[in-house]
Amino acid sequence: MDWILVTEQALNGLQFGLMLFLLAAGLTLVFGIMDMINLAHGSLYMVGAYLMAAALQASGSFGLAVLASLAGTAAFGMLLEVSLLRRLYARDHLSQVLATFALILICNEGVRMIWGEQPVLLNTPAALSGPVELLPGLMYPAYRLLIIGVGLGVAALLYVLVTRTRVGMWVRAGASNRAMATAMGVNIRWLFTAVFGFGAALCALAGSLLGPLLAVQVGMGESILILAFVVIVIGGIGSIRGALVGSLLVGLVDTCSRTLLPATLRQLASPEVASNLGPALASILIYVLMAAVLFWKPQGLFPARG
Amino acid sequence: MRKSLLHHRGLGLWALPLLALLAAMPPLLMALGMEFYISVLSRMLIFAIAASSLNLILGFGGMVSFGHAAFVGLGAYTVGILMDAGITSAWIAWPAAMLVSALAAALIGSVSLRTRGVYFIMITLAFAQMFYYLVISLKAYGGEDGLPLPARILKDDAQYYWLLLAITAAVMFALQRLINSPFGRLLQGSKENEQRMSAVGASVFAVQWQAFIIAGALAGLAGALLANMNGLVTPHMLHWSQSGQLMVMVIIGGAGGLYGGALGAGVLLLLEEVLAGYTLHWQMALGLLLLAVVLFAPQGLGGLLKRARHE
Repeated sequence: MDWILVTEQALNGLQFGLMLFLLAAGLTLVFGIMDMINLAHGSLYMVGAYLMAAALQASGSFGLAVLASLAGTAAFGMLLEVSLLRRLYARDHLSQVLATFALILICNEGVRMIWGEQPVLLNTPAALSGPVELLPGLMYPAYRLLIIGVGLGVAALLYVLVTRTRVGMWVRAGASNRAMATAMGVNIRWLFTAVFGFGAALCALAGSLLGPLLAVQVGMGESILILAFVVIVIGGIGSIRGALVGSLLVGLVDTCSRTLLPATLRQLASPEVASNLGPALASILIYVLMAAVLFWKPQGLFPARG
Repeated sequence: MRKSLLHHRGLGLWALPLLALLAAMPPLLMALGMEFYISVLSRMLIFAIAASSLNLILGFGGMVSFGHAAFVGLGAYTVGILMDAGITSAWIAWPAAMLVSALAAALIGSVSLRTRGVYFIMITLAFAQMFYYLVISLKAYGGEDGLPLPARILKDDAQYYWLLLAITAAVMFALQRLINSPFGRLLQGSKENEQRMSAVGASVFAVQWQAFIIAGALAGLAGALLANMNGLVTPHMLHWSQSGQLMVMVIIGGAGGLYGGALGAGVLLLLEEVLAGYTLHWQMALGLLLLAVVLFAPQGLGGLLKRARHE
């Protein structure tokens, strides 16, 4: 095992973790402030990816397509919030699960009706398709570097937004005590819609950036949704900081264990055992991580409610 | 005497005409030339068991488990693996399936029940995912493609249906007795107010843990029955979407109603079957219907029926 492989995998893990963070940040805010389980959060990610693919075909410009997808998905998310989800805040978690499960079915089928069953394959923008030599001997795809950059930028922006602005203060107040925040004059209704739209835009950003790396297809939202839930539970529901730490942890553990674990196993056991057990162990590892965190810290690493 | 609010009246003697009607379905369907629907009914019965077992912990115990499909799948895999080893007798395989699922439930429950609320939902999901990836890694038993069963019990659809009907009726009766027993009262009391239950001297953890294990065993039985019907065991049986489907069944049927799970299983599978016959985009219609249930029937269909009876 050489250091190039390890560094490469660490960078991949960082990139995946940052994209997870984009989803988890929105999810944890919706969850923390509105106490709402939104299973359809992954559907916003899917819608964002499809909108970006459609806009890319229409305009030919990668940047324009991403912006169009952000705006479109944010509008879609706010529309959903105003028309449907708003009615669910006062209901129990079970009703929210059922309603948002129904939304998943509707979104998946809707996308299938519009764009068809076949996955849409996107190319990375031509200017970024080549590799970059980071260190002597370490080549890394430029597009993935862009994703890391954007992810870090958004994380910094969110940090400033949440900890340094008035809106961010309202959001934090809402997450730690909703009733008190309302009593202090925060317009929670408007705040909810705005947060939901913002979360949808973050989903769209993750969807459009990951689109060229993964296939854009129906059902892409569900697998990543589960990971995003794992992230926010590890981090502590309602906490942006927790979402960031959880995302990086899950992204790094998941990505690195996928390549490094089978390699390590090969040195310890027969190749046959390693090739059978390796991938399964790697997939299981993040769930073991989550179960362990909940075992010792049942409220996650950074509980938002004191 | 007025019965306690925690008492749940069963169908009583009304169960007999219902059972007679269900038992008469196979010859009726055959006479109509719709033999295919016998297996649809069989699926409904199996999922009625699985959903009712989830309803025991979710509806009556307040434990929202998002990993119930793991127990169904483990039961199915137990049957498949035993059969692969040459043990084809259902007398051995099905109890073994219940035992394996019960053991898994004991393990998962002992850790998960330390957490509450959303964290409980997520940790049960996490354990289910672990088992999902575990069976995928079982290359000797088909890995991702699943494991075909070399032999099936009661290959005749109608005969198997009658067997399922008998088992389902027995399970429903047993659940009714359990829920109305002192243990059932403790379980429902723990859902309503944990602190008070422990104040009167009940061990909330023990009650919830035992209910979790019973639910796991029943889900394992459903898995064994499903494996025998399909002649195939696949990792998909443990997929989280299957857990979600079971939850949806319980919620639309009415969580905490005696027949909520069975009702929901019947309605959801029937809807899927009917809608799929009309349109390729049946999931859209199903989604819209589920939304309507959430918005207009907060207690599920069971609650709707109850309200209609009272008015």
